[in-house]
Amino acid sequence: MSAVAADSMRRLPKRKGPGFFGNVAVRAVISLAVFIAFWEIASRLKWPWIGQAPAPSVVLDAWIPLLTDKGYWYSWVQSSRRVLSGFIAAMIIGIPLGLAMATSRIFNDITFPVFEILRPIPPLAWVPAAIIFWPTQELSIGFVIFLGAIYTIMLNVIGGARSIDIRFFQAARSMGSSNWDIFRRIILPGVLPSIIVGCEVGIGITWNVVVAAEMISGGGGAIQSRAGGGLGFFIWNTYIGGSYPLIVVGMISIGVAGWISSAIIRRLGIAVTPWLRLR
Amino acid sequence: MNAPAAQAAASKGAIRIQNVDKVYDAKEGPVQAVSDCTLDIRAGEICMIVGPSGCGKTTLLNAIAGFHDITGGSIHLDGEMLCGPERPKAEPGPDRVVVFQNGALFPWKTNLENVAFGPVVQGKMTRSQAEQKARGMMADAGLIGVEHNYPGEVSSGMRRRVEIVRALMNDPKVLLLDEPFRALDQLTKSVMHEALLEIYYRNKVTIFFITHDLEEAIFLGHRVAIMTTRPCKPKKILEVDIPHPRDYSVLTSPRFRELMEETVSAVHEEAVKAFEAGEKEM
Repeated sequence: MSAVAADSMRRLPKRKGPGFFGNVAVRAVISLAVFIAFWEIASRLKWPWIGQAPAPSVVLDAWIPLLTDKGYWYSWVQSSRRVLSGFIAAMIIGIPLGLAMATSRIFNDITFPVFEILRPIPPLAWVPAAIIFWPTQELSIGFVIFLGAIYTIMLNVIGGARSIDIRFFQAARSMGSSNWDIFRRIILPGVLPSIIVGCEVGIGITWNVVVAAEMISGGGGAIQSRAGGGLGFFIWNTYIGGSYPLIVVGMISIGVAGWISSAIIRRLGIAVTPWLRLR
Repeated sequence: MNAPAAQAAASKGAIRIQNVDKVYDAKEGPVQAVSDCTLDIRAGEICMIVGPSGCGKTTLLNAIAGFHDITGGSIHLDGEMLCGPERPKAEPGPDRVVVFQNGALFPWKTNLENVAFGPVVQGKMTRSQAEQKARGMMADAGLIGVEHNYPGEVSSGMRRRVEIVRALMNDPKVLLLDEPFRALDQLTKSVMHEALLEIYYRNKVTIFFITHDLEEAIFLGHRVAIMTTRPCKPKKILEVDIPHPRDYSVLTSPRFRELMEETVSAVHEEAVKAFEAGEKEM
């Protein structure tokens, strides 16, 4: 009996350690490898639909020379800077507006109809107006990116603030909290998780609209390269030029950039909401 | 547990509920939740409020706490009017702190920060002073080693205890408990009952305690007010003449059984009425 128990105890820790396939990174690599292999085969065999796309090997061939091209990396910098500034502007304006709409009935009644009409207008549709409104190209681009993120951030803030349990307010009141205490000690921390979700989704959308936004740029001061106008412009430009492998390079670049941004926001989010880590 | 008779020692926290009415405007029309309710709660007593679901007990608690208004009558605390004809809704304040049914500890604050919350927002203490006092009170309540955990990290029994200590940090005259142990299992509940009594013997506040659990009501209370089904008012007030301090051995005493029987029949009658009327929990 005791031998059996001891035996099974010895076996326990083994089960805990993740096997080769249990490792997250390994799973990710397998997932990507299968996807790329499938794409390569389909492209080479000229399968319908997917056979139209350039094979990964062709894309890679087009990509490798770009890795030493200053203009390509400058596109990364340009787009990241635009996305970041548009996104930060969306946070600076969207979070307080959302909080005001969630906490003040009157403010909400006044602003909500306008918000609801503006919200469905796609950022792409704003491009002509943005060019007319803003004095510089960069501001126009930033504005379109800003529009991509702000509604999502606001909706999450409003929803988050409204779903804070009423008992938290009652408990805080009965312990003698002022309105300012309630705002800063209950509403702000209570809405923080929703702000983070809003930002995580929002920054994804900014990368979604970066192509539309950078159509404005027309090269954006790019020197000596076909690609210096930002990753979005890069795609637009290579499409016009008819270079399909490079379009795919641009698409993947944006995908990777978006993934990195969301991962950073997620990390920051976990750092500022330590109480959620425990669940 | 060599506490003096707490009831005699306390001089503050008498609640006088006089002819209170509360009518809600519901979609189906006005609903009378409380009608002509008169109840005197003595300073320093544990008054248990028992009644069928949705009978209006919580409405009464909300009126005392200042979360909702009343539509008639008045409520006084130590002679001072909380709410009445001129002022239908009481101002919530730290002299009447509520401990809620499902708990309302702030999940984004550690247990210690939660307990220290009241004195800090009232500006009565600095943060470090409040935390020092909180540490002491938590230690008294057997809450050692969980100060820097978040509420989500400790057991539900612990959470309830933290919440009661958080309420007591405000030096309240009255503790308003709305079925605080409802979600706990029977064993944890019994531990919490003794813990509550121990805290009570040390702090001697008036306790207004809503429950559905008759055993809990008789075990803890000096008196048990059995309420009618909606509209709510006292149907019968039972004096529990088992001396405090009590411990779990009283549960098997003959007197306890007698009191149980007396309560059960009164409550059952109301429960049947409520069931037949199809009352919903409000």
